[in-house]
Amino acid sequence: MTEVMMSRRLFLSSATLAGGGLLLGFGATAKEAQAASANMTQYVAISSTGKVTIRAKNPEIGQGIKTSLPMIVAEEMDIDWTQVEVVTAPVNEKLYGGQIAGGSTSIPTNYEPMRRAGAAVRLMLLQAAAVKLSAPVEALQVISGVVHHKASGKQAHYGELAQAASKLTVPDPASVTLKDPKDFKIIGTAQGGVDSAKVLKGEPIFGIDTAIPGMKHAIFRKPPVFGAKFLSGNLDAIRALPGVTQVFVLKGTGNIQGLQDGVAIVADKWWQAKTAGDQLEVQWDEAIGKGHDTETYRTQADTLLKGTGDSLQSKGTAADVLANAATVVSARYEVPFIPHLALEPQNCTARASAEHIEIWAPTQAPGWGIRLLAKELNVPEDKITVHMTRVGGGFGRRLENDYMIEAAAISQKAGVPIKLLWTREDDLAYDFFRPGNLHDLKAAIDDQGRLAAYTAHGVTYGRDGKPSAGANISPHAFTSGVVEHFELRQSVIETTIPTGYLRAPSSNALAFVHECFLDEIAHALKKDPLTYRLELVNAQLASGAPQSPEGRNPYDFRRIKEILETLRTRSGWADFKASDGIGLGVATYFSHRGYFAEVAKVKVAPDGTWRVLKVWAVGDVGSVIINPFGAYNQVEGSIIDGIGQLKQCITFENGRAVQTNLHEVPLMRMSDTPKIDTHFILSDNPPTGLGEPALPPVLPAVCNAIFAATGVRIRTLPIEESLLARPS
Amino acid sequence: MISLKINGKPYTLDLPEDMPVLWVLRDELGLTGTKFGCGIAQCGACTVHIDGVPVRSCVTPLSVAEGTEITTLEGVSETAAGQALLKVWAEDDVMQCGYCQSGQIMAATALLMENPAPTDADIDMAMDGNICRCATYTRIRAGIKRAAGLSPADTREA
Ligand code: FES
Ligand code: FES
Repeated sequence: MTEVMMSRRLFLSSATLAGGGLLLGFGATAKEAQAASANMTQYVAISSTGKVTIRAKNPEIGQGIKTSLPMIVAEEMDIDWTQVEVVTAPVNEKLYGGQIAGGSTSIPTNYEPMRRAGAAVRLMLLQAAAVKLSAPVEALQVISGVVHHKASGKQAHYGELAQAASKLTVPDPASVTLKDPKDFKIIGTAQGGVDSAKVLKGEPIFGIDTAIPGMKHAIFRKPPVFGAKFLSGNLDAIRALPGVTQVFVLKGTGNIQGLQDGVAIVADKWWQAKTAGDQLEVQWDEAIGKGHDTETYRTQADTLLKGTGDSLQSKGTAADVLANAATVVSARYEVPFIPHLALEPQNCTARASAEHIEIWAPTQAPGWGIRLLAKELNVPEDKITVHMTRVGGGFGRRLENDYMIEAAAISQKAGVPIKLLWTREDDLAYDFFRPGNLHDLKAAIDDQGRLAAYTAHGVTYGRDGKPSAGANISPHAFTSGVVEHFELRQSVIETTIPTGYLRAPSSNALAFVHECFLDEIAHALKKDPLTYRLELVNAQLASGAPQSPEGRNPYDFRRIKEILETLRTRSGWADFKASDGIGLGVATYFSHRGYFAEVAKVKVAPDGTWRVLKVWAVGDVGSVIINPFGAYNQVEGSIIDGIGQLKQCITFENGRAVQTNLHEVPLMRMSDTPKIDTHFILSDNPPTGLGEPALPPVLPAVCNAIFAATGVRIRTLPIEESLLARPS
Repeated sequence: MISLKINGKPYTLDLPEDMPVLWVLRDELGLTGTKFGCGIAQCGACTVHIDGVPVRSCVTPLSVAEGTEITTLEGVSETAAGQALLKVWAEDDVMQCGYCQSGQIMAATALLMENPAPTDADIDMAMDGNICRCATYTRIRAGIKRAAGLSPADTREA
């Protein structure tokens, strides 16, 4: 195995569990590890009866991490998965390291630490067994949590050994021996989610289901224009409505991620608060949003694209090569703002005073929430407790914790615990949108028909001249890696619209832009788009160039080559003949350390309506697939999600989102769903996360397939069906 | 006063007639299996059965349910179709976040009660009102067929 990224140093410590069991703590320092086991904030506990409890440290948003991380620990412990009970860890990043669901980072940062923790427990139990069974450790064998000594026929189960093991010195996790992956019994097997049974019974485990004693219900109505100020409202009339107990204004702090101006309505029941909210009339000072329109933005982008922008990345002399090129291919691409729309609307339950805050929240970033609460509400971090609930979808929206600040601030002021629940309209109006962007692209083809230079000038959105959250126009690793002369330039439109991270941030837009343009280049060269990609890859490999072009991430053309070749075979690419409005398109993308190549088969009807019939996906996310159930689910979900993004668009008028609920934003439904063929290449690389990397390539694959089917090149999203209509 | 049965149990409720059944279930009776997604009959997260018919409880006023029998996720295992679906949902690990799955199971149960051997077109028709934002649709489709004792293969054009 190549080296695995370790997020931090790992220390272990142990303690004796009440009733005589073993408790293993984890920490970034030896002291923290001791505190962890002493405080019962352990990773692993083994009771004297042999029950094994493993703490799941990261938020569960449907990505399956609450199941997959404990599977890794259990694997190295040599126990059966059925012996394990998984419980959610408390939020304490000092003890557990980053507790975040974002960036597909949980597996790459935790895979090796979790294995080492499991192996350390196993070793301690073996040492205890050696004493009990009077046999050397080397002569012992573990099967399903039972230590066997073959020669004597004696055995002892982990529960019997736990107490004695807890008195032993904890081994240095760096020195424990890890299993040979070919002996894995749990990793690589399909396991259902540890909480699936509770979900199927309707147990109250999502954030929205939280109920605490004395709790009231609240809504928080903010202005439809981000940053607008409260002027006046019919608050007295609202106070008189049934069930309403309190109505008050909270003033914003000026922090984009924190508290905004708004009106809180607290009631006995949520339905009462919501009904009262429907009658709320507020005058806001919306001047801040003036001129922030989709149309104005486009005019600004036109102007900016006539300028040069700022250079983000440059190698060679792209401008000169373009000026002298035999052929220049150029195009403008555009993607819109789009929303997150996790199905569980934002909510948070809070019991807060001036001194203490306790939170129950479906959040992807509970640690960030604690820090934001401390800053916004002036309560010390050690007086803040956040409980992670199950999360009804994240997609990046819940990396923001605005609802957490609101719930705490409302509870503080109301003097009672409250559950804040947004309506779907709130969720759409107050989103941190995936920002749109526009790109002017140029490719120089030399007189031998080679791609000689590539330039991109992208217009994105931001504040104070810098791209805002999720608005980065990072270089496209594939193109920047294969071309000698490359230049990426950036211009920024100032915006008041809050932007944020949406599953596969940046890549979800940039894959469409660059991989469709690459398709255009292939067609300009009269080459098959898949074969052309392989030619570019092979040229790189033949040149002996280092497999890590500029850019933040290491990039390896060998991995792209393998997935592309496998994809060509699996999809039947070579034998397919486009006909009858049906075409195939291909794209590859590298994001979040994962490599994916996808082929889409799309059917376009004469009236321009289109449907993806099938998608073939080949991915390389390292040496093992930890839980195939979760893995295939993530790939399929990413692909369907990506297809949905081709249809979505949020537009703005004077800083306000025009679309208000799901009837105006198409989400993928059952009948839109293609067949999906997913295949993983198990490569000699450390395992990486799957929440995101399968998403980006599907957008260009579909649009390239539409081109193959109709000859119409999609350069603007959402796809305009009328452009695809053809005379029958 | 509104009298009705929920999951086989009789209730007499002193609640506003225009209160949506969704909030009666969740906030008054603590039946949290039924979920809120959009409030405007667009997502299906709140699907329950009223006298065996799938309805969007977020837009169904309590008065409509007078004298009826409501079934929610918590009671759906009492039906043969519901039980079969729940079993497959657990075995195949259909869910991702799981938030939509209550509505999916209620819609699928209604489908199988009416049509024990649905085609892919029938499934599209019956399930299109239920959004799964995590997009577990391929598993939902296969799960419905498995629960119906059919081959899970997707027979649509591809
Ligand atoms: S909550 Fe009822 S359909 Fe969406
Ligand atoms: S499983 Fe998350 S919405 Fe369906």
